[in-house]
Amino acid sequence: MSPANASPEFLSEAQEIVDALNRDLIAAETEARAGEVPPDRVNNLFRSAHSLKGISSMFGYDTISHLAHGLESVLDGMRLGRVHVDPVSLDVLFGCVERFSVLIAGAAEGAPGDEALSAPLIAKLEQVARGESVAVSDPLQLVNIGEDVLSVLTEYEEHRLKENIRRGRNLHILRTSFDLSNFDLGLAELDAALKGVGEVITKLPSAKAAQAGSISFDIIVGADCTSSELAKTVGDDRVEVLSIQRRAMVAEQDKRTAPSSQAPSKSSAAAPSAEGASSPGSDAAAPAATEGSLAGAAGEVNGSASDDGQTVKSVSQTVRVDIRRLDRLMNLVGELSLTKTAFQHISDVMKRELGFTGLAVDLHKESRNFERRLAELQAGIMEVRMVPLANLFERMVRVGRKIGRELGRQVRIDVSGENTELDKLIVEDLADPLMHLIRNAIDHGIEPPDERVAHGKSSEGVVRLAAEAQGNHVVVEVSDDGRGVDVKKTLALAVKKGLVSPERAPEMTRREIYGLLFLPGFSTRVEVSEYSGRGVGLDVVKTNISKLSGIVDITSAEGDGTHIAVTLPITLAIIPALVVSVARNTYAIPLNNVMETLAIDAGAVRTIERREVISVRGGTVPLVDLRQIFRLGGEKRPAMLYGVVAGVGQSRMALLVDELVGQQDIVIKSLGRRLRRVPGIAGATELGNQQTILVIDMVELINEMADVTAAAGVIGAAR
Amino acid sequence: MYKILVVEDSSAMRGLIGSIVDRVEDCEVTEVSSGFEALRLLPRESFALIITDINMPDINGLELLSFVRKNPSYLTTPVLIVSTESSERDRAKGMALGANAYLTKPFTPEELQAAVKKLLAITA
Repeated sequence: MSPANASPEFLSEAQEIVDALNRDLIAAETEARAGEVPPDRVNNLFRSAHSLKGISSMFGYDTISHLAHGLESVLDGMRLGRVHVDPVSLDVLFGCVERFSVLIAGAAEGAPGDEALSAPLIAKLEQVARGESVAVSDPLQLVNIGEDVLSVLTEYEEHRLKENIRRGRNLHILRTSFDLSNFDLGLAELDAALKGVGEVITKLPSAKAAQAGSISFDIIVGADCTSSELAKTVGDDRVEVLSIQRRAMVAEQDKRTAPSSQAPSKSSAAAPSAEGASSPGSDAAAPAATEGSLAGAAGEVNGSASDDGQTVKSVSQTVRVDIRRLDRLMNLVGELSLTKTAFQHISDVMKRELGFTGLAVDLHKESRNFERRLAELQAGIMEVRMVPLANLFERMVRVGRKIGRELGRQVRIDVSGENTELDKLIVEDLADPLMHLIRNAIDHGIEPPDERVAHGKSSEGVVRLAAEAQGNHVVVEVSDDGRGVDVKKTLALAVKKGLVSPERAPEMTRREIYGLLFLPGFSTRVEVSEYSGRGVGLDVVKTNISKLSGIVDITSAEGDGTHIAVTLPITLAIIPALVVSVARNTYAIPLNNVMETLAIDAGAVRTIERREVISVRGGTVPLVDLRQIFRLGGEKRPAMLYGVVAGVGQSRMALLVDELVGQQDIVIKSLGRRLRRVPGIAGATELGNQQTILVIDMVELINEMADVTAAAGVIGAAR
Repeated sequence: MYKILVVEDSSAMRGLIGSIVDRVEDCEVTEVSSGFEALRLLPRESFALIITDINMPDINGLELLSFVRKNPSYLTTPVLIVSTESSERDRAKGMALGANAYLTKPFTPEELQAAVKKLLAITA
């Protein structure tokens, strides 16, 4: 394998490793000054050097792998206790990191790197690695530990085991089994429980699985406490804690020799894992605290490395950009596509008038070229706009906790699917409605702790925030395990507020009643909240979500909680659309909402309860005639037409059109302030032939339909 | 078709091993990034060969190997260890635990392919 086929995977992974090395070294420097570098830190450093050596040798970067080899030897010595971690040795390690950065940057440009420039550093590494080794007697003889265990320990694990014995800690075996589907979670919980109490030396998957679908582990732990104390700490009776016995006679001898093999300043209570537990705090403080000394190290190494004339720069680069800049770019792409259309028009005219020769051909070719590049530009900008929901969800968790505290509820916010990606703009606009939903779940859903306990629930309520990609959509769900929607109370309130007529009320289905919650004027409280700055009502949520071409769906079980699903398109900036014609008018229907298209024989249309419906695979779907809605009049409905079946959330409908013209990506343009609120119209867009057409707002149409069926006209009056 | 499991925490290395082994006739590679993932996958799929690294963050390759060798279902599945030469002692341990072969990084694609073919011939 030669450097010629330098893979981007290699470069980015190598850079990641070097970044990790740098971070760990900075932390180690602080820790070394404070006393002792925890074993985890040194082991991480070793693993990084080891991985870097492995991949660089495989990918043929010998200069990098030689240096990594030298670094690995020093770190191996450190983790096995043969080399002392001190400012001098750390300086050399920092020098390696700087040199790696130079070499990786060079590799990105195809340069193999000059071995001679690494030579002084490698010599220094060898010097450090030769550092006096501490005489080691074999402490393993002091304990009853089986050969089957010893045989699977790596050298490092064996060293940690010896270290624990030497420090006079007790050794324990935690024997437990987990379900195969989530054993890593179980192990992580155990790790967390043991943190600060003992050091996990190794985890052995045991072949003696009790039953299929489960897996057993023997976890070897060194700790100062006894087995029964450890069992209490773990607090899980499925975990069996056994102790590994010391061999009595030699143990006495161990006690005498132990202090001499330790650094004099340390008390035996300073257990390695206890230091490990306290390290995250110092981690965070480390970069700021050691900035000065790091700069010093960098300066020193630059002196030796600058000969290659390369700057120390990061290979994997990230830029943070204001979303408005991307919006401007996207708008520009929209404008450019109009220019493109104009070019094509001119090209067509030239072809017609001058024939397909000379300049006409050139213009045609270039406008084709332009079109392709423009499409690439569009796709590129789109890609940049996509962001994971993780940040938003994190914010929601914080807000949720705060709201819970203020309202006197015990709430835990569980998050899943946070890596799902959405257009940045949608994510931004989702913050407000999502906050309303979470506030609502805590305020109206989760009961006060004593009430929960009285109903046999745990005092802590759970609000689950989840996201899932479904084709061109993302479904964001907010569910709680609270009291659920009280159907009777809701209905009574709606009647009292005049949103539903008393006659209609008894006929309403559960679903329709949930729909009432989203009506304007239903909200029971009109108050300005700190979080939203507006009155909190679900109608606001629905309006905001609708603006994003999304829909809100609610289901609930009384006493068991409420589940709200928000279905959103992945992006709004540029969307695929179906172009249709009805009574000689052309419209675009966003494909986001289109499920299928059907050819319909006018004779197949039936009327149920004064509504036109068609059968689609056994189910009935209500028809929406654009002729009626847009009052197009003129020609009569043809005998053969098409139905565009659309759905948002759980609602379905079929839009009747005369003809399916084709499919096209569109950028929706606003109709301007005056026409912004035209119902059923999302905006306008340009077709290739310089024709401006209206874009149908399916979400609004479907919602309108749902409302009509829900409250049979009464809602129309309430609006 | 031989199904081959590659257990390696470095994604660049995993991809490289995967692409080399993929070119061996009749081989289909499944890549996992940790010993835990391997433990989860083993009962669900049967593999003709396991290729594993030694130094990994959750359980090490020796522990995985020992698990495989003690379990009647995978007892005969050949295991190829790939690791760096610095872990000479680990190599000896691996062979003692019942690994069928050991490759030291860096190795050439041909070396890896030859080792894979040889181990598959044992099973066949």
